[in-house]
Amino acid sequence: MNDNKFKKLMSNQLFIPVIALVVLALINLINDPSFFKVTLGTNNAGNPVLSGYLITILDYGSELGILAIGMTLVTAASGGQDISVGATIAIAGSAMLRVLCGGNSRPETIQAPIIVAFLVACLVGMLCGAFNGLLVSIFKIQPMIATLILFTAGRSIAAWINNNELPIVPDPKFSYFGGFIPGIPIPTTVFIVAICIVIIALVLKFTNLGLYTQAVGINENSSRLNGINPTFIKFLSFVILGLCVAVAALIKVSRLSTINYSVIAKDIEMDAILAVALGGNALSGGKFNIWASILGAYVIQFLTTTLYKFNVQSDALAAYKAVVVIVLVIFSAPKVREYMKDARKKIIKVQKEAA
Amino acid sequence: MKKKVLATIIASVMALGLMACGSSAQAAKNTTDSGSDGLIKVGIINNDPNESGYRTANDADLKAKFTEANGYDASFAYSLKNDEQIQYAQNFIQDDVDYLLLSAADTAGWDSVLQDAKTAGVKVILFDRTIDADSSLYEASIVSDMAKEGQTAVDWLAGQGLSEYNVIHIQGVMGSAAQQGRSGALDTKVAAESNWNIVKQQTAEWNAEKAQQIVQSVIDAGTSFNVIYAENDDMAKGAVAALDAAGISHGVGKDVIVMGFDCNKWALEELLAQNWNYDGQCNPFQASYIDDIIKTLESGGTLSQKTIIMDEKGFDATTITQEDVDNYGI
Repeated sequence: MNDNKFKKLMSNQLFIPVIALVVLALINLINDPSFFKVTLGTNNAGNPVLSGYLITILDYGSELGILAIGMTLVTAASGGQDISVGATIAIAGSAMLRVLCGGNSRPETIQAPIIVAFLVACLVGMLCGAFNGLLVSIFKIQPMIATLILFTAGRSIAAWINNNELPIVPDPKFSYFGGFIPGIPIPTTVFIVAICIVIIALVLKFTNLGLYTQAVGINENSSRLNGINPTFIKFLSFVILGLCVAVAALIKVSRLSTINYSVIAKDIEMDAILAVALGGNALSGGKFNIWASILGAYVIQFLTTTLYKFNVQSDALAAYKAVVVIVLVIFSAPKVREYMKDARKKIIKVQKEAA
Repeated sequence: MKKKVLATIIASVMALGLMACGSSAQAAKNTTDSGSDGLIKVGIINNDPNESGYRTANDADLKAKFTEANGYDASFAYSLKNDEQIQYAQNFIQDDVDYLLLSAADTAGWDSVLQDAKTAGVKVILFDRTIDADSSLYEASIVSDMAKEGQTAVDWLAGQGLSEYNVIHIQGVMGSAAQQGRSGALDTKVAAESNWNIVKQQTAEWNAEKAQQIVQSVIDAGTSFNVIYAENDDMAKGAVAALDAAGISHGVGKDVIVMGFDCNKWALEELLAQNWNYDGQCNPFQASYIDDIIKTLESGGTLSQKTIIMDEKGFDATTITQEDVDNYGI
């Protein structure tokens, strides 16, 4: 009976990210309980804001959480990953600034409403996604190779959109998206993530997207025989990721009201893929759990924030993340799983004999 | 059938690509021919112009100077990675350039390729950044004295007469000349003075987002500080964003002194508005210096000095004028 419960728990996809979160939380609790302190203060604009490590994690993990939604779908449908998300964030962000600043790097006022700029960025993000999706679904190129194109060229394209200038948005309202709305002490990014989660939850509940994506990921041919169009499902997953990229770009660009093409969202694609892996999703496609991926994204930000707190040099952060990857890969390897199954059986046998 | 069509399309695309390559090679050859008509052939290896405002200004300055109208046939190659830059250098040497202009991503690893250049008769001029190689391997270097920039900034900070200096030190990419020079002066001062402390020393790799997270982490920890010493403007901007969110005042006469480097125009405007306190100049305009050197060498003259250090200023928010912003902002 007990064993059954344990098995159920182990097989739940949320198991890995929750355990990782608990471990990180425990480390911080033992090291310094004030890690969990959240205080209410005022920012320089005179508005109330919450601050503390937990708020920082929720705030800075937002982009990754949003990207994890799209990346999970792409992984599930195509059995591969999109490595161009960082570069497409640069493209979408650059397009947004181009519309806002009208090609002038230092405008006095914004040249177009923010919503228009955001919609343009969404369009650009979805176009980039469609380009990747086209290569993967119709030309049957491996996702990592197909997205390598935008990964390599994306940042140059982003720079070209604004003629190599680094525009600065003059309107303080634009900084609300990556900061705080006056009067609301919770970071706006938290609300943006919440909206994204609600939308994807509704989509998964009221459409067959989830089922079809899994079917395509598990077996393309049998899903085709069952009347699903695998080409379209794969294409769609990349377009959805493109939309996620545009939202992430809005947050990133809004944080500083400007852009730096070569460093914006640098290496975020690896973190997004890591979030999917941490969520216990098979990187070869098929069954997936978006919630586990989103949780995985916050685990990564938790880890990053913890490492900053422990004064780890930021250029060494990647090495610590690599350790996490190694552990994950080892635990998900079929050989290890089999071994663990056998070991558990043996233990139970011994226990029964003893009884 | 489908596959065949696809294969044909791909093959024709490739063929077209080859043709395009062929024609560009032709174009390159033409310019070489005209090179013998008196154009000086230079290969310029620089860092990615999108890296920062400094680099954008630097690249624009070089592009404006080394034109055919000014008697040059220039090719540009960009990378932030040392090994890629070395590869470009080898390509330029094979292309028989007359001069190789180099702003190295990293100080180490250049000896053998510069030796090749010397053997091939290619004259090397370093700009912006120095390298760890024997000085006989290059003709001249036009550099910013990063250590001096750091020293000027630290001297300015010492002149503020605070009773205690608790500094958040945000560094550039570790190992770059700018990072070493600007960190060096501060490290020495902190080691020498008892009332100077480093609260946090972290590299943000010239990245504003990372700087913001680093400063955020210090604020979350509740550690007090009164100086932000960021090794470029972008990182100072990220740091200030974190201060603003936490309600910590900064600027002239406020709680935290903000220092940056590079003198971006927007950064100097922050100084003018007294939101920041200090900005150290890093002069990106080396093209005219290089032009002078090449003209001297071409006319058979010799250079009076091998290392040319450019004039650089440091701006104080209390004395900066609109004129300074217009003249020195990049």
